[in-house]
Amino acid sequence: MVLDSLGGSLRGALKKLASAGRIDKQVVDEAVKDIQRALLQADVNVKLVMNLSNKIRERALSEKPAAGMNPREHVINIVYQELISLVGKSTEIALREQRIMLVGLQGSGKTTTAAKLATFFQRKGLRPAVICGDTFRAGAYDQLKALCEKQDITFYGDRGNLDAPEVVRNGLEATKKHDVLIIDTAGRHALEADLIQEMKDIHAVTHADQKFLVMDAAIGQQASDQARAFDEAVGITGVIITKLDGTAKGGGALSAVAETNSSVAFIGVGETPNDLERFEADRFISRLLGMGDIKSLIERAQETKLEEEIDVEAMMRGRFTLKDMYKQMEAMNKMGPLKQVMQMLPLGGMGIDVSDKDYQTTKDKLDRYRVVMDSMTDAELEDPKMVTSSRVKRISRGSGTPPEVVRELLKSHRAMKKALKSMRGMAGGKMDMKRMMKKLGPMMGGKM
Amino acid sequence: MFNRFKERLAGFKQAVTGKIEEKTETIEEDMAMPEAEADTAKASRLGLASRAKSLIFEQVVVLDEKDLEDPLWELELALLESDVALPVAEEIVSSIKEDLVGQKKKVLADTGSIAEEALRSALLKVLSENTFDIDEYIENAKKPVKIVFVGVNGTGKTTSISKVARYLMDREYSVVIAAGDTFRAGAIEQIEVHANNLGVRLIKHKTGGDPAAVIFDAVEYAKAHHKDVVLADTAGRLHTNINLMDQMKKIVRVTKPDLLIFVDEAIAGNDAVERARQFNETVPIEGTILTKTDADAKGGAAISIAHITGKPVLFLGTGQDYPDLVKFDPDWLVDRLLGS
Repeated sequence: MVLDSLGGSLRGALKKLASAGRIDKQVVDEAVKDIQRALLQADVNVKLVMNLSNKIRERALSEKPAAGMNPREHVINIVYQELISLVGKSTEIALREQRIMLVGLQGSGKTTTAAKLATFFQRKGLRPAVICGDTFRAGAYDQLKALCEKQDITFYGDRGNLDAPEVVRNGLEATKKHDVLIIDTAGRHALEADLIQEMKDIHAVTHADQKFLVMDAAIGQQASDQARAFDEAVGITGVIITKLDGTAKGGGALSAVAETNSSVAFIGVGETPNDLERFEADRFISRLLGMGDIKSLIERAQETKLEEEIDVEAMMRGRFTLKDMYKQMEAMNKMGPLKQVMQMLPLGGMGIDVSDKDYQTTKDKLDRYRVVMDSMTDAELEDPKMVTSSRVKRISRGSGTPPEVVRELLKSHRAMKKALKSMRGMAGGKMDMKRMMKKLGPMMGGKM
Repeated sequence: MFNRFKERLAGFKQAVTGKIEEKTETIEEDMAMPEAEADTAKASRLGLASRAKSLIFEQVVVLDEKDLEDPLWELELALLESDVALPVAEEIVSSIKEDLVGQKKKVLADTGSIAEEALRSALLKVLSENTFDIDEYIENAKKPVKIVFVGVNGTGKTTSISKVARYLMDREYSVVIAAGDTFRAGAIEQIEVHANNLGVRLIKHKTGGDPAAVIFDAVEYAKAHHKDVVLADTAGRLHTNINLMDQMKKIVRVTKPDLLIFVDEAIAGNDAVERARQFNETVPIEGTILTKTDADAKGGAAISIAHITGKPVLFLGTGQDYPDLVKFDPDWLVDRLLGS
């Protein structure tokens, strides 16, 4: 996930919040407006966004921030809670005999999802069968049949018979020995009255336990209206969001969930039969807002107190040992993958654009440095100057890394130490993170 | 399809009109004030003097940014509700703002139309970029004309191809279809059904074959049999899938299409911008077909895609039958949006 403009704008707003000492109306209004933008750009329904932002504004102003939370964390926390209350749980999937009917708009991915779902149940040790209830679209029969044959899944279809309810009735009879019966249907939209009626007729035949609405992650403002129509016709019990491996944020699907008062059952993340995952609200919301892992940010920021753990003062005085460096890396590691940390931290929103490749290089390098440091003695870590060439050889052998890496680490440490020293006195002891990162970045190996 | 936008727009027009009237009144009141009081008013409201002057001498009123903040936010929401992507909506709104702020507007003119004209010209500007008449192009181009269709999964490439085939046949062109989606299960069978229904020759290989080879064969067939147009299907691909995007680049490099048409759906939201941009950057497109407009779509995707690619929307897909394909006309869409 590239740092996109959405994440950028939101982090910009939250950065402003971070620098604001206390919460007042103007600060919150500004932040809420940016959160509105973020949600709108993620395709969340306009009305829903307005309702949400009103609630967020109200709560941000009336509720006291939890102990140790700055205004920024306070507002993110509320945004997160409100979104979680919308899509917090995922649809419960029972691993027993059941009938599942898939409905949705044209091209949302029902047929592919039918095969994926069957594969899911097959892996769980159940015997699934798929029934082709799409008698309209050319090639639907062949597509589903081919997908099922590849996965060794029982398929029922009746090519040429255009009476979908009848095909499904026969299909249910033919596959009744199977545990999980998955019924694919033709794509349709709310204004196609005859097709909506056909869907009702199929539903009357199947008495499905689950009626999953399959929604393309890219769907826009139409999502709510369409979802309501499907819900009114057959009663939606869950939403499957497809094509989440693209760049779409899935806000439309979130609106559909809110509209149908249901939950998300699965997400589709690729074209192969195994690319179906259970829904995780935290990840979804983080993606929606274009931020790192928000929940973890809130939880971990409280636990680790990153800033405190690094003794900035001592470092600025020039006392920066390898142990300090190690501690920093550990702290970063605890917060999650480097890239996400970079996105979570305020500096992620400061316009430092880091490519995926650079992240990877930096991460690889840091991982290797940690291994090297694990093979060093306490004394060596405290005073790296004592590491002579024979010690380099020992460390290299002990850590299983080439001696160059050990020397590189020592060099990086010296450079960092020098950089920190040179920053002393800058901005009256307050660190300018951006400049610091700029200075440290190249030494850590990446081009940050 | 555009009702809600019209309501919002009416609100925007009213708000701007209201502001203009309010300002006119304030100025008139100010003018009636005794000299001394008018002076304090001058001090407290910057620029009043020049505005008052405008009123006296030119019968105009000047709007400032603050006056327009709320109405423009309303307008932005209206565009967003119509699925215009956020960055595009913001750009349109800011161009309208530029158009309105600081301009001396004649009070006597219908104030509502000031707002509407600004919006109309902003939208038309976006939609009329690089207009391209596909009928004219095909008439004059060297035959066979090679047209390749690309897009993400499930937007309606195959259905659109069969509609375009029908459209061209209605205009007396002979058509060959290449089953270039050799990846998705059932894709070849799907387009074969359409080709049979339409009575069009289909060139196909087996599933898993090389799409470029299929298209190449179709072009060779068209040359040998003096067909006018080759319509080539390709597999749907997400713009984030680097391998598939590379494959598309290769298809284009090998087959050298005369026209590369991007197919996307009108119901798509903000992501329409992202994928249109990435497709257009990978393989420069000539235009877009927007499908599923009958699903009560708001039409905003047309504006987003046209804006981001700088290429015109060529057709709208309006239903599930072959004739449900309408040539796109910017004036038509803007008229529909603005309700004139």
